[in-house]
Amino acid sequence: MRIYVCVKHVPDSAANIHIVDHLKIDESVPFLLNPYDEHAVTEAVALKQQMPDSEIIAVCLGKKGAESTLRSALAMGADRGLLVETDAVCDSMATARALHAAILKDGSPDIIFTGKESIDSEGMQTQFRIGALFGFPVATNAASLDLTAGKAVVTCELAGGRTRTFELTLPCVIGAGRGLNTPIYPTFPDVVKSRKKPITTLALSELNVSAAPGSAKIVAMTPLVQKRTPRKITGAPSEQAAEIIRILKQEAKVLS
Amino acid sequence: MKQAGIVIEMEHGRVKETSLGMITLAGRTTESLTALVMDGITDEVTDQLAAHGVHTIVDLVLPEAPEIRQNPAVRAAAVVQAVRDRGLDHVLGLSSPEGKDLLPRVAALLDAPLVMDCVDVDLEKGLAETSQYSGKVMAKIQLTGETQVFGVRPNAVPPEPKPVKADVVAMTGDKAVPETITLVSWDDGDAEGRQSLVEADIIIAGGRGLKNRDNFSLIFECAQKLNAVPGASRVAVDEGWVPYALQVGQTGEKVSPQVYIACGISGSIQHFAGMKTAKMIIAVNRDENAAIMANCDYQVQGDLFDILPELIRQL
Ligand SMILES: Cc1cc2nc3c(=O)[nH]c(=O)nc-3n(C[C@H](O)[C@H](O)[C@H](O)COP(=O)(O)OP(=O)(O)OC[C@H]3O[C@@H](n4cnc5c(N)ncnc54)[C@H](O)[C@@H]3O)c2cc1C
Ligand SMILES: Nc1ncnc2c1ncn2[C@@H]1O[C@H](COP(=O)(O)O)[C@@H](O)[C@H]1O
Repeated sequence: MRIYVCVKHVPDSAANIHIVDHLKIDESVPFLLNPYDEHAVTEAVALKQQMPDSEIIAVCLGKKGAESTLRSALAMGADRGLLVETDAVCDSMATARALHAAILKDGSPDIIFTGKESIDSEGMQTQFRIGALFGFPVATNAASLDLTAGKAVVTCELAGGRTRTFELTLPCVIGAGRGLNTPIYPTFPDVVKSRKKPITTLALSELNVSAAPGSAKIVAMTPLVQKRTPRKITGAPSEQAAEIIRILKQEAKVLS
Repeated sequence: MKQAGIVIEMEHGRVKETSLGMITLAGRTTESLTALVMDGITDEVTDQLAAHGVHTIVDLVLPEAPEIRQNPAVRAAAVVQAVRDRGLDHVLGLSSPEGKDLLPRVAALLDAPLVMDCVDVDLEKGLAETSQYSGKVMAKIQLTGETQVFGVRPNAVPPEPKPVKADVVAMTGDKAVPETITLVSWDDGDAEGRQSLVEADIIIAGGRGLKNRDNFSLIFECAQKLNAVPGASRVAVDEGWVPYALQVGQTGEKVSPQVYIACGISGSIQHFAGMKTAKMIIAVNRDENAAIMANCDYQVQGDLFDILPELIRQL
């Protein structure tokens, strides 16, 4: 099996985000492998354990610094990395085109893993665009995966404990969700070993990707702080409860 | 004139309130609204849609078999067919659990730009507002392209009446059924008939302050009396008191209810990331210095084990 895993280089979710020029974030914060993509890499590694002659290729579109995210994927068990380097800000349409072109140039995939979403742009869509460009079926927010008789049986989580199980023909694209597995935590020897694994870099311009027929571009950014002025509800518990009910009825008007 | 197509979600044979709100939102910046209905049209549905400003209702007429009609790939293909047949310029749908598996498929098939989880849209200008960076940033996004797709956060705006006359057209003809992806089974869990967290008007959520799984029944009981949906902090989920499906926050659901009642939740950045767009936040906490007490609309300082039973008793 030839398994590609798309990994994105994103700001640490615990980092404070500062906005520059009302347009972009200050990038001098730690960047990491997108958390959902950790589940994607982990699942690829589990498949390789079942089918040892598989190869796992981690692919990333990003700046030079995104190499560290590919290294993380290699430490978790990917065999080699592919960095499509660009300083440009790419929307999902452009990203999917670049990842599609890079994978196509590298080899023919049996499975492409992605995360269900990136935690920076929160697009929730790149996996579907990659699938459409290849003509492969897509399942997202996967919570379990079984490969049997050349098909992928994928259970996907909707909200509220609801699930749907799909059967996909291979090749296919699978967007990993949090329920899929527990991410591999690389040991120090894994990290050392991964330093010897190859990362190929190619410039986005080398791929000759054709322009998309549309785009989504950030034109303004503001910090999402909603400052509220709290009012106190005091008294005995019974009075507090009565006041909550009054507020729900008279102010929020959600109770009759 | 630009035409907007709105993917309608239904529940118990009626159009969901959140779908009606989305019609109101779309109607602010476009004149011509077309509803795309996949789950059957009744007089009641027609009335609901016409009462909120929809001029044209397209019945997508999907195959009866549930494993076909529920397959998001089938539904996406039907929406795309309607977009092409009717010459729609914009497609809007809810960023609901179903919408998250439908709208990106539609956008990918149309090769059109998409912004998910919009809290505001301007169809005339092709602008969308959505949160990014785990809810820390609000971004305004300019879309370009012949067709543009918007996933609207449920409850972004409340529905407003705008009565017009609506025509119903049926879109018969073969529906594309992809051979590469089949829906083999589905499990509606214990959520059958229960509203989803993202669409709830009232959410009552519990955190570490509940102390154990058994005590969480206080939250469930309150939720039932309030006709609210129960939620939880990550701690409550990680401790195994409630399923992950109930988690609100950065790595859980992002919600915008009318009222969010947080009980025994401290208000971490990651929890706020999921609920800070609630219209009203009521915090029940015994520690007046908890972060949530400084950033809510009503602070109820006290022991939740005293207050919640009182609430249940009085409701
Ligand atoms: C990458 C990452 C992602 C995360 N994602 C999420 C997420 O999606 N959602 C989320 O919620 N968290 C998330 N977290 C965890 C988050 O950082 C906090 O640990 C968590 O939200 C705390 O949960 P809590 O408020 O229930 O518990 P605590 O912070 O321990 O707060 C408990 C509160 O209960 C109050 N209390 C205790 N007993 C009572 C009583 N008897 N009556 C009244 N009040 C009482 C206390 O005063 C306290 O304020 C994430 C963390 C990380 C690192
Ligand atoms: N620049 C990128 N490089 C590699 N993979 C990406 C990139 N952007 C998005 N992806 C993949 O697509 C998934 C969904 O991303 P998004 O559509 O941005 O939410 C992510 O979890 C990644 O697996």
